[in-house]
Order: sequence, then C-alpha cells, then structure tokens
Amino acid sequence: MSAQFTSETIRHPESKEQKSLQPFITLSDFNAWYGDFQALHNLNLEIPGQRVTAFIGPSGCGKSTLLKWINRMNDVVPTARASGGLRLPDVDILSRSTDVVSLRRRIGIVFQKPNPFPKSIYDNVAFGPRLHFAGMNKNDLDELVEWALKKAALWNEVKDRLNQSALGLSGGQQQRLCIARAIAVGPEILLMDEPCSALDPASTARVEDLIAELRGQYTIVIVTHNMHQAARCSDRTAFFFEGKIIEEGSTEQLFIRPAKQQTEDYVSGKFG
Amino acid sequence: MAIANDATPRILTQRSLRSLGATRVGESLIYVALAGCALFTVLITLSIIGLLIGQTLQFFSMPETDVWEFVTGTKWNPLLGETKHFGIWPLICGTMWVTVIAMAIALPLGLVSAIYLAEYAPAWLRNILKPSLELLAGIPTVVYGFFALVVITPFLRDGLGIQLDYYNALSAGIAVGILCLPTIASLSEDALRAVPGRLREAAYGLGGTKFDVSMKVVVPAALSGIISAFLLAVARAIGETMIVALAAGNMARLTADPRQQIQTMTGHMTQMATGDISNFGVEYFSIYSVALVLFLITFLLSILGNIIRMRFQEAYD
Repeated sequence: MSAQFTSETIRHPESKEQKSLQPFITLSDFNAWYGDFQALHNLNLEIPGQRVTAFIGPSGCGKSTLLKWINRMNDVVPTARASGGLRLPDVDILSRSTDVVSLRRRIGIVFQKPNPFPKSIYDNVAFGPRLHFAGMNKNDLDELVEWALKKAALWNEVKDRLNQSALGLSGGQQQRLCIARAIAVGPEILLMDEPCSALDPASTARVEDLIAELRGQYTIVIVTHNMHQAARCSDRTAFFFEGKIIEEGSTEQLFIRPAKQQTEDYVSGKFG
Repeated sequence: MAIANDATPRILTQRSLRSLGATRVGESLIYVALAGCALFTVLITLSIIGLLIGQTLQFFSMPETDVWEFVTGTKWNPLLGETKHFGIWPLICGTMWVTVIAMAIALPLGLVSAIYLAEYAPAWLRNILKPSLELLAGIPTVVYGFFALVVITPFLRDGLGIQLDYYNALSAGIAVGILCLPTIASLSEDALRAVPGRLREAAYGLGGTKFDVSMKVVVPAALSGIISAFLLAVARAIGETMIVALAAGNMARLTADPRQQIQTMTGHMTQMATGDISNFGVEYFSIYSVALVLFLITFLLSILGNIIRMRFQEAYD
C-alpha cells in the first residue's frame, strides 16, 4: 500500500458504472519512432469516453508523444512515424486518408505553456469557430464565445474586457482561455499536455476544478508530472516508463493498490 | 576570512588585490570614451541638420526664391527659362511615383517570398534561397540603373507595347522595387520566424490548415516587424539616387503619368552637384532646400515606424 495516497485523495473512485464504460480511443500494438529512436513500444490501451484519463511517468517516458499522436500533432515533425492501431470508434487516426483538419476539430489540445494568440480575448475564442463554421452571424458567434468562456470558468473575469489583448491576462487566466478556445469548436476529446506545469498553485486548483466540471461531457486525456494531480482529477491512470505502459487501470487501483512494484515505487516518490 | 589549510591555493592565502584607485581611473576613462563615441554620432547628425538648415536659409534669402512658392509651387525650373521657379511639388511627385511603383513591386513579392521561406520552404531550400535573395541587395545600384535603361524599358516598350519615354518613372520604379525586394523579404522573414512556435501549434491544434496558420496567426503576430521592414524599404526607395539619376530622367514635372520622364528630389540634387553650375548660384543652394525636405520626409517616416512598433509589438517571453 502506498503511503501517500488514501481513498480520500481519489476524487473519482472506481465504481460499478466505470466498469461498463465504452472505450472511445483504442490503442492496439501501437509503436512510435522519432527517426531511429523508438519512443513507444507496443501500447495497448482503451481510453473511456466522457471520463478523465491521466498519463503519468517520468520525463521522456513517451506520454506526451502518445498525446500528440492522438490528434496527429506529430505530423509536423518530419522524423516522427507510428505503426499499429490508434482508433476512435469511427476513425482510424493513423490512416493517410484521415483528414487532420476534421480530426483536430473533434480532438482539441491544450499545451503545457499557455499559448493565446496575440489577439483580443474574443478573437482567441472565436478563432476556431471562424475556421470551421459557415453561415455564422455576429449573434451566433457572440453566444458561442460567451458559452465557451463560461464553460472555462473565465467569463466573469473577462466579460468587460473581451476586446483587450489576451496577453494581458495572468498565466492561469491564459490557460483557461486556451481551454475555452479549444472547447469553442465543439470537440469530443480534450488532450491536455501538462496544462498546469507553468501555473501557480491557486491557478492550478482552478484549472483542476475546471477539469472536474468538464468531466462527463468530454473525453479528457491529461499528461501530468504531478501524481497528486492525476489522483485528484482522473478516473483512470496509465503509468508510462521508457516508452512502455507498465500499468494501467482505475486511478484508485493504480494509486492505492498498484499491481507492479515499479508503479508503487513511482507513485510513492521513490524515483521519477 | 575563511580558514586556510594546506590545500588552499597560494593566490587566496597571499592575496594581492588590484589597486582600487587605478580601477576607478580606468572605469572613468572607459565611461568618457564610450560617452564620447555616442556623443560623436549625435554631433555629426546635428551638424548635418545644422548645415541643411543654414544653407536652406541662405537659399531663401535670395531674390529669386520665395518660401511660399517653394512650399506650394507646382513648377521647378532652376536652370532654364525666363524666370526661375522653385516649387517643390514636381520633385515630390517624381519621388512619390518612383516610391509607389517600387513598393507596388516589392511589398507583395517580398511578403509572399518571406511567407514561403518562413512557413513553407524546407530548411535546405531556405538555406539556399535566403542568401541568394540577400545577394540582390549587394548589387551596386548603378547596375540596377543600367538594368532599368537597357532591359526594363526596352522590355516594357517592345515586349509589352507600352508607349513610354526613354527615361521614365515606371522603369526606374520597377528597378528600385527589385532593389528593395530583399530588404522586405529578408526582414519580414526574420519577423515571421521570430513568432513563437507554440502559436503555430495552437493554430494547428484548432484544426487550422497551413495557409490558415500562416495568414491568420503568424503574419498578424509578425505585423510590427513586417511594417518596420516596409517602412525601411520606403525610406530606401525615397533616398535611392543612382537608379533614378540614370533611368528616371531629369525633367521635374507634376504628372499623373509614370510613363513620362520625371525627376526625383535625389535626382535633382545629383544633377546640380555634378553639373556645370556656379557654387554660389541659387540653383546650387536649391540642393540644400531639397535635401532638407527629403530629410524631413524620412525623419517623419522613422518616427511613424517607431510609433507603429510601440503600438503593435507584442511582447513574448
């Protein structure tokens, strides 16, 4: 039994309901390379819909690489390639015929460091909708921007300065703006690559609360270095080490009753 | 003082420190030398401005000249004719034609090249293309002048069938545009590449295509740099002398037709400075009055550039 984690730490304990969850993202014998370096080895994983799945593990273990394959962000890396199965229920993500534009409309991503565009708060949120949706009038867009900002728990702080530059916001506000921007195109999946690592503890708490709010509506995959964050936010957790998934399961099981010694050592802070 | 043991290096146990007095004298000498150098550039600039203003006052003290006519006049004939007229507008018109034509060529071509180089070209191609483009800036301007006379003008006349004077604003403007192209392309490319990669990532992550990302995120984010590049190129076009002296002609006139022979401000100054004229005549001093106007225009442009930079520049950490 791990010393640090008790059932109180786990916000979303294992339940009967969780066992019946349908897989939404399925990996089968998934491998990925950068040039000659194999970053991921034979991954098999089922990521359930409308729940939060955390990827944990030490730096360089491949968890961010996997995240970026899920919406094909690795396409821009010339040496990156992958094999095996990576599927949504209706789409083969790795297939050449898959249109990355429509894929990324369904799979939004939030990065490690907040990266708002140097535009107004409004234009940041409206950016995605303007790319994808035809026949929007001003009212539709206003409504959508307000909805996304409310969903990202930012509306009350910015409603009086929507036309000011997003770069004037604090780091935590910028990150919530990036979440609002991702939500505004109506994705089914939200990928989050260490979304709180550049934020102070108070901002981190707000973003974690937001993740809890969004759980149930979006399929969320979060990469994190912070095991407490994984324990607080996620339903399921996968532990990565040197490009392999060592253990995956419900967050409760993985943190409190890990099956593998290596997992226990990592979650109890002996290494990593 | 720390306790020394046998292993402590000798230089620390028997310290002889630099003399503080000598250090202070050295420091103040360096300060004086640096301040002197900085002051020297300012002094040179100020003395040039002083010279321009002084000689311009002398120009206006002459009986043939009149400040009001200079500022509003539409005739410029310092050499020929019964009465000499010194109205600046024909020269401004000539400079404006060359600059507008040059920018009409250089801005779109330069910007498109910059976007291609920064966003689309693979690294190996960029490493070949960018230095080649910058090579254009190393060609002496007198070569561009001849190029305008012997290639551009014949091509426009015989190739495209445009009726134009042998010397004309159009050919000179096109040549100046080619000259300014690398300035705009190279500086804009630097500005585009300075846009942080995470903004591109964000736009791709929202489902943007390469074109969306380039035009809706990267170009707007680099706008202050692109505008600076443009203004620098405008200043270069306004001040360009050799091409216009060779290819634009030397007939100052207020015209709406760039196919005609014209004269720019710099063209007039070259003609006066190299021609057979008295060093004390009114036409000689007209050089300074025109130079002062030229200076004021480029000065205002650089102030405008600074305002735009401060207004549009985004700070990325």
